Amino acid sequence: MTSLPESEATPGILEPHAAREWLETMTLIRRFEERAGEMYARAKIGGFLHLSIGEEATIVGSTRALKETDYLVSTYRSHGYALARGTPPEQVMAELFGRVDGCCGGHGGSMHMFDLSRRFMGGYGIVGGNLPIATGIGLASDYTETDDVTLCTFGDGASNQGTFGETLNLAALWRLPVVFVVINNQFGMGTSLARHSAVTDLQRKGESLGVPGTRCDGMDVTDTHAVIAEAVNRVREDRRPVLVESVTYRFRGHSIADPEEYRSKEEVAHWRERDPIPTFGELLEGDGILDAQARERIDREAVLRVDCAVEFAEASPFPTAESLYEDVYILDQRSRGDYSVRTTGSQEPSSDSAQSSSGEVPRRITTALELSEEES
Amino acid sequence: MAELRYREALNAALREELGRDERVMLMGEDIGVFGGAFKVTAGLLEEFGERRVRDTPISENTIVGVAVGAAMSGLRPVVELMTINFALLAFDQIVNSAAHIRYMFGGQVTVPLVIRMPQGAGHQLGPTHSHCLEAMFLHVPGLLVAVPATPADAKGLLKTAIRDENPVIFIEHESLYGIRGKVPEDENTTVDFGHARIAREGSDVTIVGVSRMALTAERAAETLAKDHGLEAEVIDPRTLRPLDLDTILESVRKTNRCVVVEEGWPHGGVGANLAALIAEHAFDDLDAPVARVSGADVPMPYSKPLEDIAFPHEPQIIQAALAVVGQRPATIPGAH
Repeated sequence: MTSLPESEATPGILEPHAAREWLETMTLIRRFEERAGEMYARAKIGGFLHLSIGEEATIVGSTRALKETDYLVSTYRSHGYALARGTPPEQVMAELFGRVDGCCGGHGGSMHMFDLSRRFMGGYGIVGGNLPIATGIGLASDYTETDDVTLCTFGDGASNQGTFGETLNLAALWRLPVVFVVINNQFGMGTSLARHSAVTDLQRKGESLGVPGTRCDGMDVTDTHAVIAEAVNRVREDRRPVLVESVTYRFRGHSIADPEEYRSKEEVAHWRERDPIPTFGELLEGDGILDAQARERIDREAVLRVDCAVEFAEASPFPTAESLYEDVYILDQRSRGDYSVRTTGSQEPSSDSAQSSSGEVPRRITTALELSEEES
Repeated sequence: MAELRYREALNAALREELGRDERVMLMGEDIGVFGGAFKVTAGLLEEFGERRVRDTPISENTIVGVAVGAAMSGLRPVVELMTINFALLAFDQIVNSAAHIRYMFGGQVTVPLVIRMPQGAGHQLGPTHSHCLEAMFLHVPGLLVAVPATPADAKGLLKTAIRDENPVIFIEHESLYGIRGKVPEDENTTVDFGHARIAREGSDVTIVGVSRMALTAERAAETLAKDHGLEAEVIDPRTLRPLDLDTILESVRKTNRCVVVEEGWPHGGVGANLAALIAEHAFDDLDAPVARVSGADVPMPYSKPLEDIAFPHEPQIIQAALAVVGQRPATIPGAH
């Protein structure tokens, strides 16, 4: 019961329109990520920057297996998922730049993209922390009796977190509609799979928890799509979780600050021979779906789109100091206390007291803000 | 008004809110068939069924994370963690997810989630089952923290917590589950957040008591009046976030003296926080430094005599109150 029959999903005949769109989206992600790396080197982007270069087939193959009302939850390697789900590159780049027009208004950054309107329910910065959240979204779908499915991606490293075992058990126990996709990119940060997991056949890691597993070639968008579409359909019909292992490789370091001393140049070169974008482009050209000119045009358009995204992000303002405390709380008008605390107060009698006695709500409490205004 | 125990008042709040809003559902270890480790959820599984009252595996971090995801997508989950000590297993989901998701994602979603759990010493449960950790949750922006001390507040605050749009840490007290009190029966009566309860009026000293310590402070105030001729004003903040600082400051401006009583540890505690706030906002009104009475700065010991002296009782509060008004008797019977 806990192992799926060998996947009979086969890529089948490619539908030209869809195939072209897959190549366009993979190319957009590639060009976006390359440019993000450049912008990071130019200090336009701060913090960590985890790029998905090499994993585009996994991203596009999995997200294209979903319908619009299905939910998607990703890890901190989150830009590609937002782009694949349809978030404009302008908003993703502006978020990386920390600007007000970013998809999270500059509060989240690289690891925390989010787009509610497209049911992309977030990139999450804590390894394994996204699994229970995705399962909770699945619970809401089950509770409200919709047939929506939640697809949750996480890395091979996350399969060692407590939340992996806890969540798969609970999802199977409660029969929740979640497709767990473990993206085996061969490394948990700098530690190779064989050095971090006693069981390296990751598709089997859910068996003892009641979650059957299967595997796809994460470097091949057609195989990824076929296997994950089958898993999504199975979950939608059976209302029980499934685990899919997508075998892939990231061509860049864990984050952009990674010197990559844990793997050889030969190994990287070997995987680069299987680069999912030219491989798929050649397949389409061989099938007569696209010619060389069309492939070039797709690439040029992706570069132009990313140019626009950078231009947009550059032009977008930084959030104002006044916005520092926005969206920490939703204030309840019947409540009158302080939601946040004044860290240094003026010694004058508080004007807040006067306000509260007249029924107003004194809650704007931020000396950090006041100090920054004084300094400027 | 009905005369209810604290646990019955909580049960009534849950029953009423489950009845009022289809989106409300309960999750927790042993809350269904068993009726809750402290019987707060007794009878709710039978009344509302397994869809809405869910026994969970023992997986605290995942229980909270699942509730966060459900709250983000339209439900209003109420999680019971068996004791506050077990919440430490869920601290990742409470802080990194529940508290921060709305801010992190630019306000696109809300997390209307309640996490209920009891705290407190007195049952000889040793260092893993006895602590008072409200200060840890108070520390985190994005969370609201409620600490009801009476049956009426237990019911009214829990109803408000379930209706609130923010994640609420709802801290009950193990020693209070059995106490009785008058509780409004009206389903629409709630207790708003950020409104402190003035448990007793007085003009000589302000005593702020948190969670169970609000009741201990009330008893100490009666003794102060009877034996020492001092009229203490006792304030129960009821919620620590939002904090009704105005009511506390108003009282301090009247009494010019303040004692803060909590059961938790002193370093970085609720008392430390309130003492700082009072000093910042009412320094000129103080005739003495704010005094703190807190739990001892040790893991909670098992042995009864040690446990007894590791958290505050009336004599310590009386001693502290006398000290801030300048009456310091040589010894206080029973004080340690």
